[in-house]
Amino acid sequence: MKRNTRAAAGRGVGILYCTLIYLFLFLPITVVVSNSFNASTSKPYLTWKGFTLAWYGRIFENGPLLESFGNTILLAVISTLLATVVGTLAAVGMYRYKFRGKSAIDALLYIPVVIPEIVLGISLLTLFANVRIQRGMISLILAHTTFSIPYVIFNVRARLDGYDSSIEEASMDLGAGRLQTFLHITLPVLAPGIGGGALLAFTLSLDDVIVSYFTNGQTMTFPLKVWASIKSGVAPDVNALSTLILLGTIALVVLTQSGIVKKKRG
Amino acid sequence: MTRRTFRGKVLPAGLTIGPVTLWLVFFVAVPLLYALVMSVCSIDGSYNIVYRFTAENYRRLLDASYMQIYGQSIFIAFLTTIICIVLAYPFSFLIARAAGRKKALLYMLVIIPFWTNSLIRIYGWKTFLGTGGWLNEALLALHVINAPVDFLFTRAATVLGMVYCLFPFMVLPLYTSIEKLDGTLLEASADLGATRAATFARVVLPLTAGGIFSGSIMVFIPCLGYFFVSNILGGGNSDVIGNLIERQFGKGNNWPLGAALSIVLIAITLLLVKLYQRCGGDMESFGA
Repeated sequence: MKRNTRAAAGRGVGILYCTLIYLFLFLPITVVVSNSFNASTSKPYLTWKGFTLAWYGRIFENGPLLESFGNTILLAVISTLLATVVGTLAAVGMYRYKFRGKSAIDALLYIPVVIPEIVLGISLLTLFANVRIQRGMISLILAHTTFSIPYVIFNVRARLDGYDSSIEEASMDLGAGRLQTFLHITLPVLAPGIGGGALLAFTLSLDDVIVSYFTNGQTMTFPLKVWASIKSGVAPDVNALSTLILLGTIALVVLTQSGIVKKKRG
Repeated sequence: MTRRTFRGKVLPAGLTIGPVTLWLVFFVAVPLLYALVMSVCSIDGSYNIVYRFTAENYRRLLDASYMQIYGQSIFIAFLTTIICIVLAYPFSFLIARAAGRKKALLYMLVIIPFWTNSLIRIYGWKTFLGTGGWLNEALLALHVINAPVDFLFTRAATVLGMVYCLFPFMVLPLYTSIEKLDGTLLEASADLGATRAATFARVVLPLTAGGIFSGSIMVFIPCLGYFFVSNILGGGNSDVIGNLIERQFGKGNNWPLGAALSIVLIAITLLLVKLYQRCGGDMESFGA
């Protein structure tokens, strides 16, 4: 009896502790979301003046904000595609072939993951300035692809760990070509790893501040737009757009995760 | 080489590994080497880079004002790491031991906040902590304070922001190492008469130490570079090494000095990663 009450008390403390941590994690988001509905129209837009949806409409009148958002999406899509293709090929190749310099590539892969982002940002900046790659969308795409590639490789590699390559031999024995085998046998098996890696690359790109800060030139992304407006107080339409982006990301992840789970079962 | 081995092995190997090799060489190795070269260059009167060897930037790295910021930065990173361990360990334990579906949901709830832009979230903290913010209003309403207090622009605010940004990087490796923990070992320890504290200290802690190590690396190192957190919440009173670098590539406009400062960060990173590997740490745990 005493043991039961102690266990129950322990569980209660545990639940309370977790709740407090989640409160901590969600607190600033609650501030952002609630400010997006705040009718206050004067800087710094803090005092609660009643509920309004007006800021959501204002997003569509704010040309530079929309443009930065468009840039962010374009950048995330293209860099994710590039990183996914390069990373998937690399994971498969590194799994299958032994070659000189493999450990060097492995070591290079960990650099963008481990070094502080600012170091990657400034070194890419010095490179772009020196080889006269114009800083803007192109340099941003190159930079984002660079920090995304390792994550795609790690995800695909994790999938390859449990991979039975005899099914490829079976496919080739049955007369399928190398490319055909890759497209119809290897890729479908790796799909969840590729999908997971791509999703991670996409969210990393969407959120990146530091690397973009050094490589953007004149091109504004949404995070950089936020950075520029933070000193003077972020306007509520930025809060509104942030809320929409959060909802969009949750929807994207729920959709893809349920898709991946279904594929795993099927 | 026969034609057959070329088509059968060399060509597919080249097609799969070629792109990533080129990419990593051009966009990781070359830029870093370039930064290294730049760190021993100087600038002329109109901020152009002069490519002639000088150790001047490295001499300047030893300036007392810089030394003070390295110390402050390392202190902030250390404090952030400790707080993250203390907060995340019991938390990861609780969610990793939750039942099936609930576990996946609890885990997702840690990740979801990080899909909102990190600057927006830090700005959320700024509005929460500021003089007109919710915290002050709540404390005023509860009569804990009589006049608004500015919690911003302090070292504590910077540490709070760092803990907030880096917390999941501590939870993820801890969660993984705790999930792998074999429950029967805990039972065995209890059956053999160990108290709960003894089981924790002699069984659980050693088995999850790997998670603590990799989490600490993933919190400590970025903390040295996150200039935007100290910029927004610390207001210039709690600069980290990242702020020094950012300044030289921005207003200071002295890229060679900024590059030399980056070399300091690279050196600290290499040192910590070597130490981590020496302690038996696994590099693969950084990728998950």
